Amino acid sequence: MAGAAVLFLVVAAAYASFYIAPEERTMRVLQRIFYFHAASAWAGMTAFSICFVANLLYVWRRQEKWDALGVSCAEVGLAFTTVVLITGPIWAKPAWGIYWTWDARLTSTFVLWLLYISYLLLRTLIEEPDRRALLSALFGIFAFIDVPIVFGAIRWWRTQHPAPVIMGGPDSGLEPTMRAVFFFSVLALHALMVFLIVERYQLEKMRADFEIVRREAEAQ
Amino acid sequence: MALLSNAAVLLGKELRTEFRSRELLTTTVVFILIVIVLFSFTFDPTSDESRRFAPGLLWLAFLFASSLMLQPCFLREQHNDTLSALRLSVSDPFAIFLAKLAANTLFLLLTELLLLPVFAVMYNVPVLHVLHWLVLVFFLASLGISISGTALAAISAQARMRELLLPLLLLPLLTPILVASTEITKSLLDRAPFVQWKGIGFLAVFDLVFLTALWLFGEYLLEE
Repeated sequence: MAGAAVLFLVVAAAYASFYIAPEERTMRVLQRIFYFHAASAWAGMTAFSICFVANLLYVWRRQEKWDALGVSCAEVGLAFTTVVLITGPIWAKPAWGIYWTWDARLTSTFVLWLLYISYLLLRTLIEEPDRRALLSALFGIFAFIDVPIVFGAIRWWRTQHPAPVIMGGPDSGLEPTMRAVFFFSVLALHALMVFLIVERYQLEKMRADFEIVRREAEAQ
Repeated sequence: MALLSNAAVLLGKELRTEFRSRELLTTTVVFILIVIVLFSFTFDPTSDESRRFAPGLLWLAFLFASSLMLQPCFLREQHNDTLSALRLSVSDPFAIFLAKLAANTLFLLLTELLLLPVFAVMYNVPVLHVLHWLVLVFFLASLGISISGTALAAISAQARMRELLLPLLLLPLLTPILVASTEITKSLLDRAPFVQWKGIGFLAVFDLVFLTALWLFGEYLLEE
């Protein structure tokens, strides 16, 4: 049921961004990828933020559920960030003439992606569940703290990404219909994100339960 | 105060262990030397080209070397399970980190200063007139590398494939250090050298942020 609702929202957002949003003057149809690209970036950032909070809560409370939530958010956030990193170059090639430029937001998104790949990799290399949960939570905390610093460094010393159109300067902003479609896409992709996290979280719980049963069976 | 005196004693132990064998320092120096020589084949190291590319490759060499050099600081303690003894001997586990990161900073700084003349000669970049500024940048960057590296070495020491894991965890985390130190070094080695105060402040902020994080979360890294 929840899955069907999320599917409806995502399809509606896709329809809105292709048929309801007006055509942008210079970029034409190309600009429509923005509803998907930027909204995925927001959803990915939200997932990583929840991951950070879950990591902190695990270190503090030591409850298994926070570890399960942390890994679920990291994986889902990584999936959304991968979408951002793929849709970006698709847009950039016709718009800027190049697929990739080492600008602040591109590069820091890429570093963010790498950091969470490392986070998941670290988890596969520690056997004991409690230790895995604690150490990966601590690495997650360090990684999340690093993200704004990475962004600051690259922004200061090298910077082609379009200036922010949402919450940017006084001259920035979106045409009202575009704005409505954009926030609808943000809503749809956040719904998808929450849905995926919940599904992944339940899977993690089942895996943990299975592990307990397997150990008991082995002990007998 | 107890924290600092504990850390000082432990720092003495770290330095004694290393200077008995000097194996960490010698291997790191040789490693960086190899990287510097190999890099010279990837472009034509004339003075102008060097000014553009050399600062970046110097810092890349230091970063790679540090990801190898920081490895043993916790692995060494595992062989005879001396980490438990260390933990029992100090009241605040942060003292262990403080000692190890101070020792690592010192080792890194020492290798960097040993290799700076080699680098300057081989890549045709005069460094003497800005030496004091370079030392400051080396110090701040090495401190940052050591703070985050010591924390991550404590993590990777408890995992499988630990030798490979530390570079994977550490290198992306050190991106800000690489960007900042490369840019500061570039402006110092310029024909008209200038000091990027902004960059020096940036390195100091990095150090401070990660030192605070280590102070807050360090004890959990050493839990049994």
